[in-house]
Amino acid sequence: MFDVEKIRAEFPILKEKVYNKRLVYLDNGATSQRPKRVVDKITEYYLKYNSNVHRGVHYLSNKCTDANEESRIIIKDFINADSTEEIIFTRGTTESINLVANSFGDTFVNKGDEVVVTEMEHHSDIVPWQMLCERRGCVLKVIPFKDNGELDLSDIDNIITRKTKYVGIVYISNVLGIVNPVKKIIEKAHVVGAKVLIDGAQAIQHHKIDVQDLDCDFFAFSSHKIYGPTGVGVLYGKRDLLNSMPPWQGGGEMINSVTFEKTTYNELPFKFEAGTPDFIGIIGLGEALRYVSEIGLDNIAAYEKDLVDYAVCEMSKIPGMKIFGESPNKCSVVSFLVGNIHHYDMGTMLDQFGVEIRTGHMCAEPIMQHYKVPGMLRASFAMYNTKEEVDILCDAIRKVAAMF
Amino acid sequence: MKIEEIEEDIIEEFSMYDDWMDKYAYLIELGNEVKAMPDEDKNEGNLIRGCQSQVWFKAEKHDGRLWFTADSDAVITKGLAALLLKVFSGQTPEDILSVNLKFIDKIGLLKHLSPTRSNGLVSMIKQIKIYALAFSVEKN
Repeated sequence: MFDVEKIRAEFPILKEKVYNKRLVYLDNGATSQRPKRVVDKITEYYLKYNSNVHRGVHYLSNKCTDANEESRIIIKDFINADSTEEIIFTRGTTESINLVANSFGDTFVNKGDEVVVTEMEHHSDIVPWQMLCERRGCVLKVIPFKDNGELDLSDIDNIITRKTKYVGIVYISNVLGIVNPVKKIIEKAHVVGAKVLIDGAQAIQHHKIDVQDLDCDFFAFSSHKIYGPTGVGVLYGKRDLLNSMPPWQGGGEMINSVTFEKTTYNELPFKFEAGTPDFIGIIGLGEALRYVSEIGLDNIAAYEKDLVDYAVCEMSKIPGMKIFGESPNKCSVVSFLVGNIHHYDMGTMLDQFGVEIRTGHMCAEPIMQHYKVPGMLRASFAMYNTKEEVDILCDAIRKVAAMF
Repeated sequence: MKIEEIEEDIIEEFSMYDDWMDKYAYLIELGNEVKAMPDEDKNEGNLIRGCQSQVWFKAEKHDGRLWFTADSDAVITKGLAALLLKVFSGQTPEDILSVNLKFIDKIGLLKHLSPTRSNGLVSMIKQIKIYALAFSVEKN
């Protein structure tokens, strides 16, 4: 039974006030809040067990190493990877993608080859590939999207071709909030032998992920968007593929032996984890995933679907409201503009009502260019948001609109 | 009027409003009163890039004083620009360069607007000072 009040009670920040008004936090697409048990877990490890992982023979180091590796198992199960060797800890989705662009890209993508992304990618799945194209002389191609926010696959066979080495697709766009048909694109890409990375930053917290069922080659997500600490991310990659890729960063922990003549590298997953990881953050992520699993992603998805449908319905009643991405397959985020009111003006004033939402280009400038707007506002939801908060948002939007 | 006196006036005007909602309504009013810049002046050279809204500032010098015009695509930002126009337009480059603004702190704008990230208020002031510096060098 999904009990939103019980869930809210686990997030102390939701009781905070801003400008003496009730906090209505609707910027979960940027970062979610953390439940107390995640913060408690982090505090516990800092205060009682802190010691570097994978190094010491002593009790504390073993305690942290075990917990660090237990998180890896939790993540493996959470996304249904085949093995913990396929779970690599990074600083976030952005670093995960950069790892792939540098290690896979610099090894397997050559001059004249093509890499494909979608028009709705976040900058973090565009820029690393543009940088690769500059380094390697490969070509970036783009799958466009339609005005309703769905990918336009009508010309897909001319975009994904025998020259394609990599396809990057966002599972759920951070602006449009629509669930993309990634499985279909993965199948297309595999026919021509291309590898596919799914950017799951906006999906992992809303949608059950099964990397084996998807058959994606890489999957990237960030801890802080699924109620875990900041500064931790995950890259999933198929084992054989990861084994064929060289290390990206060099340093401690990623080596087998080092001499000045020759260094040999550690096994998976450690060969991609140079230096001391944020192990206490990783332990915190494990706790967050334990918490989400207890509630059940299917329960969360059903609750959030109802909430987002309600938000779209209520927001649509506001005069001048334009919602971007009108496909019914919408999940978690609602981006919008009201009349001619600048997103910055609206966002600044909503803040005064205690309503915290994102404004601007949201690190997806090509989407802004598609709709010919400089920026948008975005309400993005988490499992602790309520219809009452949607009502507060709508009421505040109406009041602000009347000021301009 | 001297910059310090104009600042005092602005501080007094803002002190009439207890609520930030009213202060914002006043900023919006100021923003709406700013005369729109001709499109040809809204060029790359006059653009001050803020993170969230675009602002254009243009400076001209007559009789040893600088005269500014400004515009923005966001009304609140234009209201902020209007305050800076009040303070700086018609002043000498020397006075603009030597002044240490106090009204922004006094009316609580810094706390409320996180200027470095979102509205370019700091960038606007910096640009005004750069204009002043350029014109003062020109004179010498």
